This record gives sequence, C-alpha cells and structure tokens, in this order.
Amino acid sequence: MTRALEFQDLTLGYDRQPAVHRLRGEIAEGSLTAMVGPNGAGKSTLLKGVTGSLRPLEGRIAFGGLARDDIAYLPQQSDVDRSFPIAVSDLVGMGLWREIGGFAGLRAAHRARVAEAISAVGLEGFEKRPIGSLSGGQMQRALFARLLLQDARLVLLDEPFTAVDARTVADLIGVVRRWHGEGRTVIAVLHDVDTVRAHFPRTLMLARELVAHGPTAQVLTAENQFRARQMCEACAGPPHICGRSAA
Amino acid sequence: MMWEVLVQPFTDFGFMRRALIGCIAISVGATPVGAFLMLRRMSLTGDAMACAILPGAAVGYLVAGLSLGAMTVGGLIAGMAVALLAGFVTRVTALREDASLAAFYLISLAVGVLIVSTRGGNVDLMRVLFGTVLALDDAALILLCSFASVSLFALAALFRPLVLECADPQFLRSVSGLSAMTHFAFLALVVLNLVGGFHALGTLMAVGIMILPAAAARFWAVGIGALIAAAVAVAMLSSLAGLLLSYHFSLPSGPAIILVAGLAYALSLVFGPVGGLAGRAFPRRYLEA
Repeated sequence: MTRALEFQDLTLGYDRQPAVHRLRGEIAEGSLTAMVGPNGAGKSTLLKGVTGSLRPLEGRIAFGGLARDDIAYLPQQSDVDRSFPIAVSDLVGMGLWREIGGFAGLRAAHRARVAEAISAVGLEGFEKRPIGSLSGGQMQRALFARLLLQDARLVLLDEPFTAVDARTVADLIGVVRRWHGEGRTVIAVLHDVDTVRAHFPRTLMLARELVAHGPTAQVLTAENQFRARQMCEACAGPPHICGRSAA
Repeated sequence: MMWEVLVQPFTDFGFMRRALIGCIAISVGATPVGAFLMLRRMSLTGDAMACAILPGAAVGYLVAGLSLGAMTVGGLIAGMAVALLAGFVTRVTALREDASLAAFYLISLAVGVLIVSTRGGNVDLMRVLFGTVLALDDAALILLCSFASVSLFALAALFRPLVLECADPQFLRSVSGLSAMTHFAFLALVVLNLVGGFHALGTLMAVGIMILPAAAARFWAVGIGALIAAAVAVAMLSSLAGLLLSYHFSLPSGPAIILVAGLAYALSLVFGPVGGLAGRAFPRRYLEA
C-alpha cells in the first residue's frame, strides 16, 4: 500500500521546545487513523506540522504525492472565533478556497455546492444564521460541510467530536466513514477510546514521542496507555531545549 | 431654521465644506479598517499605533515645519517601524505583543511630544495631538481621498483572507500561504489610515473615528458587510453632527466629532438590537417551532 505521509525523525515545537520529538512512521493512503495520547502529547501540533502551519525543528514530513490543496484540516472549535459576524453559508463556502482562492467571487454553481454540503450535514435552514448562534454540534456540522467542499485526499480532524451531542457524533462519524470508503486518508485526534475502538481501524498513540502505531486493538492496550501517561509526565518537567546539535 | 442650523454653515464657509469632505473620506477609508481592528480584538493596538506615528510626524515637522508631505512620510515610516518592531520583539523575546506595543507607543508618544515641543509652541503641539480638521487645504483633501481609495481597494482585495485570518486563522494557514501577508498588509492599512486621520483629527483622536463607529455598529448589524456599512454611516453622521456642534457652540471640532461618535456608541450599547442592554433586558418573543 502506498504511503500518504511519512514522518522522518520529525521534531516539532514552539520556541525550540519540542512538542513532538523524533517521530518516525508512515500513514498509509486510504487509511482511517485515530491519533490518541494524553493532553500535551503533541497531537494537535503534529496536525499543524502536516498542514504546514508549523515548520519542523528537525526532520521532515514526506508527502506521498500530496500537495497542500490535497489536505483538508478541521481545527479545534476553540480555534474558531465564534463571535465573528459571518453566516454559516459564508463559512462553509470557504471550503471552495482551492477553486476560488482568496479573491474570486462565488458563482451560482459554487453556491449550489455550498447548499448541497450544508444539506449533507443536516443544517438546512441555517444558511443565513451567524455562526455565533450555533450550538457546539451545529458548529461542528458546519465545519464538516466546509471539509466536504474541500474534497481533499487527506483529511485531518482535530478533536472533531469534543463537546458535541451524541446524535451529531453519530452523523459525523458517518461522514468520516464515507470518506474512508471513498479512499481518502483520514487522521483524527480523539480522546474517547470507545469511539476509536468502534470506528477507527488504526491508531497512532503519541506522548511527544511515538508510543505505538498499528491496528487499534494492538495499540490501545492498558500498558501502552500507562506508558503514554508516564512519558508525558516525564516531559512536564523543566524545559528541554531542542537544538540541531542535540545528540 | 433647519436650513440655518444644518446646511448654512456648509454653504457659507469653505472650511466647513472641506472639513466635511475630509471627514467623509476618513469615514469611508478608515472606519472599515477599524471594524476589522475591533473584530480582531486589536482596538487598543490601534490606539497604540496611533501614538506610534507621532515621532515620525514630529521629525517631519522638525525638518519641514507643518508640512503635509514630510509629516505624512514620517508618520508612515514610524508607524510601520513600530508595528514591525513590536511583532519582532514578541517573536524573539518572552514579551507578549500587547506589552511590547505598549512599550513602543509610550516611548513614541514621549519622543514625539518632546520633538514638537522643542521646536514649536503649545499651539503646534495641540495641532499635532488633536488635528486641524477645520484647516484642511486642497493638498490635505487629495491626500485623505487618495488614502481612502487605496484603503478601500486594498480591503476589497484582502477581504476573504482577512475574514478568515480573523475568524479561523488555522484554517487560512492550512489552505494558503497568505496568512502572514494578510496580517502585514492589514497593519499597513491601519498605519495608512491613522496617518490620514492624524492630519484631520490628530494623533490622539484619529483612532476614535475608526473604533467608535465600528463598536456602535456591532450592536445593529449581524453580518460583516452590514457591520461595515453601518459603521461608515455612523462615522459620517458623527462627522456631520460633530462639525455642526463645533460650529454652533465654538467647540474644538476633532473632539466634538469623536464625542458624537461616543454618544452613538453609548446609545447603541443601550438600544442596539444585537446584544444591546435593552435587547438583553427585554428579549423578543422566540419563534414558534
């Protein structure tokens, strides 16, 4: 199976403080992978590294023929300013960025696709509503509609089901499984191990360094989870400066 | 009676017409930028940057007196320098951006006042701090209208990336490399409009016509387009009312304009249907399911 991503001794961080350290591994094309680990394990940082918004301190990410336009990214809800006065349809329409860029207008065909995406996530009638008036679950549906329009080969989801009601989770998992069925590569940062066991065939467990990566049943063991917590607690001590000269 | 109060000052006096045109240009150019400053939670940053242009304008004054060109160039250079330096200090040190901006603007204000006071008197200092909206000449009007045009076109071009940079910056970074360019272009627009506003309203008041109408409009408009349109309307009406108050009651015109905009903000805060106090105290009936 061809690879979508390969982490080659990848170190990512902020102010030379590593959040992901010397990560090695591959993500196969078309795979559905959950990324798990304790808080501060570097999961969101790794996604930011893949999107290119964070440059590696060391190592690199090799993309198996993927360009930036082939990657769609769902940020954590807390990264979105919900007070910004923008309507649901305008937010969702940003998913057409690859086609319209930063400056072109939306044509009738684009608007029809925006309406279709909104309908696909069950938000009909919410098109003109400001995003600030949406519940957490409705907001997540809107962000998934934007992802649908991006039509990307690699989909990165950062805590997509956090603070979302059970029915929305079920609907959105349906969307994720559909992407998987279409051969897209999906990586989702998740905390709920039951959801991971039920719906994600592969898991990457991170605790700044790689703990385990493979079939979910083999990765989500009590031993690995204990080890991940220990590794994160060990890293919570004094700053550890990571330089290129480090051994 | 109405004619004498509302129109005659503008038909009788050229300086009033010039002041009104200058204020309309500032309202059209600067207020939309102010709306984005507010939405990006950078209102106080705008205030800091308004003070940051002072030493540049003061050096222009030192070199060429109250010269429009020299003070404009000086203000633009100083404003951009402080914006970039504050960002640089934030990136390379542990100081947060608000603290580094505060440090730079306080130093800038002190240096600017010192320079103007060294060469000129209190009248010049007041002119620099509070502007000369009733003394705008042709050159100043052309400058203000040019700045407004550049600002409007640039904002139209930057609109989508800017909206994303405000609402969902991580998403913008994931789909495009425009994030940094958008941020710096926006800062340049802020500086441009502050320097334009400086000529009419002075260092201390320029940011008022950017932020107060935008803050007032926030209580009336739901969408970004309506918010900008409402902010421009509030800025224009504040300018008109402020100039008339200044004319009829012999008040300083810059502060009068900003006070009217402040009154519009206070009224909006109370009566605005979108999150205003009255709206919260007496919510409208909900729609039937």
